[in-house]
Amino acid sequence: MTIEWYIVLSSLLFAVGAIGILIRRSPVVILLCLELMLNAGNLALVAFSRMVGNQEGQVFALVVMVIAACEVVVGLGLIVAIFRRRLPLDVDELRELRG
Amino acid sequence: MEEVLFFAAALGALGGAIGVIALRNPFYSVLALIVHLFSLAVLFLLLSAAFVAAAQVVVYAGAVMVLYVFVVAYVGGGEESAWEPIPGQRLLAPLFAAALFVELALAVLGSSLLALGTDGPKVGAGFGDPAAIGYLLLEKFLIPFEASSILLLLAAVGAVVLASKRGVAEGSAEPVQAPSSNGGRPSREEEVPAPR
Repeated sequence: MTIEWYIVLSSLLFAVGAIGILIRRSPVVILLCLELMLNAGNLALVAFSRMVGNQEGQVFALVVMVIAACEVVVGLGLIVAIFRRRLPLDVDELRELRG
Repeated sequence: MEEVLFFAAALGALGGAIGVIALRNPFYSVLALIVHLFSLAVLFLLLSAAFVAAAQVVVYAGAVMVLYVFVVAYVGGGEESAWEPIPGQRLLAPLFAAALFVELALAVLGSSLLALGTDGPKVGAGFGDPAAIGYLLLEKFLIPFEASSILLLLAAVGAVVLASKRGVAEGSAEPVQAPSSNGGRPSREEEVPAPR
């Protein structure tokens, strides 16, 4: 398969993740959609690294995985904290920070 | 053979992604994301990135998803209400995403990168294997490697601080928290439904 297919698939996955972030309201699912978008970025990085023929893009993909793990840890910590304060797990009701 | 694998993995990845955003129960969304991650690992293997594929399966589908499953089981998978704060949000979001997809595809495919239409250069068997990636991480990218380890440590400490009991006791304005006679656990545990 040519590299174009991978790039188009990666853009498609990114767009699907964006839909999810826009229409879902549970913070857990929004974090999952963030994972989708990060993984689409990873796919593009690895595809471009294959296209160029060196492995540095794969190191970038690994660093993105580390960032995603950090984001998950902090995000899930926030969700647990929200749950313990008996606040609603709904991003439309948690709007105190909105300007 | 490669085409068959690619289309199977692409269908799995796309189906998993759509499952994540379409399924009502967050627990099923997590399971759909696991399907998505496994399909992506197959795609990485097709792109001869063996180590990234292995890390994807072991770290993501193995460890991170277990964390998600635990949190979903803890907070309970409630169904979302159908109330829309912005009218027509569910119709506008796919339109926006379609525009985003077209824009991304145009930006990449119109970039006149000649190698986009090829399979990439011929690479040897050692391309993307753990030895090559480890060599790059410890030689050329040593400082980003160490910085990411510090970042992981900070995230772990941050999660402990965020989810600790103390923040709840001093921070909450309304004293809804029951006294911690039950070993520091919220007394709402009986409401957490077992994921089916």
